[in-house]
Amino acid sequence: MGANEITIVLAGEAGQGIQSIETLLVDTLKKCGFNVFATKEYMSRVRGGINSTEISVSEAPVRAHREKIDILIPLDDLAIGHLKKRISSSTFVLGDSTRIKYEKLINIPFQRIASEFGNPIYSNTVAVGTVCGCMGVGEEILDAEITAKFGSKGGDVAENNIKAASSGYAIGRELKNNGIINISIKKDPTAAGQLLMSGADAIAMGAISAGCDACFAYPMTPGSSVFTAMAQLEHRAQIAVEQAEDEISAVNMAAGAWYAGGRAMVSTSGGGFALMVEGLSLAGMIESPLVIHLAQRPGPATGLPTRTQQGDLNLALYAGHGFFPRAIYAPGSVKEGFELSAKAFETADSFQVPVFIMSDQYFVDSYYNAPAPDFSGEKYEKHIVKTGADYKRYLITKDGISPRGVPGYGAGFICADSDEHDEEGRITEDLDGVRNAMVEKRMRKMVALKEAALAPVISGPKDYSRLIISWGSNYNTIIEALSIINDAKTAFAHFPQMYPLHRDTAALLSMAKDLVIIEQNETGQFADLIKLETGIDIKKRILKYNGMPFSVEEIVKALK
Amino acid sequence: MANIFDRQGETAWCPGCGNFGLRKIMLDAIAELGLKQPETVFVSGIGQAAKAPQYYNGNFFNGLHGRSLPAAAGIKAANPGLNVIVESGDGDMYGEGGNHFIHAIRRNPDITVIVHNNMVYGLTKGQASPTSQEGMVTPIQVDGVFEEPLNPIALAITMDAPFVARGSAGEPEKTKELIKQAIAHRGFSLVDVFQACVSFNKINTHKWFKEHTYFLPADHDPRDRLSALKRAMEADPMALGLFYINDNRKIFEDKLAPYEKSREPLYSRQRGPEIVNEILAGKK
Repeated sequence: MGANEITIVLAGEAGQGIQSIETLLVDTLKKCGFNVFATKEYMSRVRGGINSTEISVSEAPVRAHREKIDILIPLDDLAIGHLKKRISSSTFVLGDSTRIKYEKLINIPFQRIASEFGNPIYSNTVAVGTVCGCMGVGEEILDAEITAKFGSKGGDVAENNIKAASSGYAIGRELKNNGIINISIKKDPTAAGQLLMSGADAIAMGAISAGCDACFAYPMTPGSSVFTAMAQLEHRAQIAVEQAEDEISAVNMAAGAWYAGGRAMVSTSGGGFALMVEGLSLAGMIESPLVIHLAQRPGPATGLPTRTQQGDLNLALYAGHGFFPRAIYAPGSVKEGFELSAKAFETADSFQVPVFIMSDQYFVDSYYNAPAPDFSGEKYEKHIVKTGADYKRYLITKDGISPRGVPGYGAGFICADSDEHDEEGRITEDLDGVRNAMVEKRMRKMVALKEAALAPVISGPKDYSRLIISWGSNYNTIIEALSIINDAKTAFAHFPQMYPLHRDTAALLSMAKDLVIIEQNETGQFADLIKLETGIDIKKRILKYNGMPFSVEEIVKALK
Repeated sequence: MANIFDRQGETAWCPGCGNFGLRKIMLDAIAELGLKQPETVFVSGIGQAAKAPQYYNGNFFNGLHGRSLPAAAGIKAANPGLNVIVESGDGDMYGEGGNHFIHAIRRNPDITVIVHNNMVYGLTKGQASPTSQEGMVTPIQVDGVFEEPLNPIALAITMDAPFVARGSAGEPEKTKELIKQAIAHRGFSLVDVFQACVSFNKINTHKWFKEHTYFLPADHDPRDRLSALKRAMEADPMALGLFYINDNRKIFEDKLAPYEKSREPLYSRQRGPEIVNEILAGKK
């Protein structure tokens, strides 16, 4: 077992309480002063199947999925088969031999111990206690976490959980003292005071920091994660939240809200976004700001509902009939999730265009400790003007951006029309005059939008000969893989914005002799976009599309 | 006195179209209610009827086909103080927008929905609409419509819409009064208005509507839901007037978090950074 980090996997049926073990263990270990990372993979069902949660605990920051498992705690026998590719001779498997058949099982009678406290559900808490015991940490912190989580349930629930944890802790300590499992990880004094946020939390908080005050969606995994985060904060942050009857309604509600002065976001996934496409085109035509969080999962159609993919870049890029400017961001870290979500509102509002935040299941469901996002508390700007009686919503301007008024603020009329329209916003079929002028006005917004594009984030040596290119949730995995490879000539370009591409893209790519792109889709959609925009053909494409995220080990192997 | 909402100029409607009559009724109703231009937003979808807001002096959101109601709800979510009047046709509202119609009644924003119901598609040139009557032959329904027509009044009553009425472009005075009541009533108010399509509906003409409709008697109790439903189910002649009213429905925008304490529109609010910092601190 590596001295400075371990990866623990908990696996069982949906409904066995894996998530409650996960949050209890992660919160406790982070408060003990370790760096923690958690991610999950789950089946599309409410009960049964096999789900697993992966928790890495480390002295150094740890932020990416690993293939290896140091400690596996299966709650159900099927978990062994489900994870067999990841179980090695050095994996400790802790389980109850009455339920788990595994040759090298370290038998812990979870069920029997739990039943001493009157309910088999306490076996989960016994398991958490056991892990802490093996590490020799956190007994008091664990008790405090249990009180915080279960105290409100009344009765003796918290008390019994504390007893269950204590029994588990004693077992773990024995395993440690006997040298069977001896985990000893140094603490990081900065970890305990940091924030623990998921990708979904980060996107929601970024939106809130930028004044998002309306959120409409139809539930769809994994897009619901951000919608849920917004709903949970609706009272504290005063957000108008409504679950629409379908995604078509959600996007049209958002367009209506922006029209009347709100700052609205929709959150969805590929199939739901497919239904929003006409609404996207509407936003393009009426020059409405719009922020779309698109959490990707494997398609086509229903695909793999609870899995991860980066397969919707082309969809986001080309969705909508007719041409209109747009911007596409894809955060690579929790920090970027916050920043780009806030940025999306500013870009959408200032350019009056739809803006995408592209994430995926892996991104929204993963969380780790990190410093608080860089939030200066500066006022977000609302690009709204008070109108006069002579106001024209689509006034032809040099940069294509017309001052945006809202109904009720000033004397002007705010006319938004999905038909081609004149400067006032009224329907027209003046083809050579108004139509051409309006097309050209909308096109002109691309100039400034391109100027404002975010530069790729380069990690590694400046004099690279090999450049790894990627986007979105692969960021942390590639960073960790490159630190293992430690090659003086390999650098990594992470693109927080994929469209429009930053003007330096071609130059940065041309500096490398060897270009490699890493994407979670079948064809290399971003590589194709780069070729279209720069003419540079990236031939080496490391692609994955089975619905699981890249692991650090996979990237190391592919790049060596 | 000239009506401030009256916008003179050419329209895209056929001479003799029922839309003209309804436009006049609408203009009179909003003038008599004294609605103010900056506080009023007309919302529509697509179709000949949905062009109506183009011919008013005022704010409008002429969105996508069938999607007027979600846009209207979004507008109320951002500014509950606006008078939102949705005006669209039977195809837009009951066909393409049918699902939204049902759910907008559930959601119950304080909006008024005026449906130009001429029982045919006009802008796409004469196909059957959801309210076309059985047997109507069109270029598409060559053997005649066999589907059961949608009954918007009965549907709205079963969904407990808080205000359900039917008018007719051929009955301007009474229809105007219904529209005024609808605008004044809080919640989702539906006024389905019969009108003739002179170009594509040769069956349901001005004369036909006169002959096949009657006004609900004075003793009809609009708070009696079952009796309203019974009237709504009548096929020939069809009743006009106020079918159903319910003052007790919760209003969408009243239930939204931003309006718990204040009706201030979202555009004039600015969220302080302390809330963000406080929530972030809770994630430690």
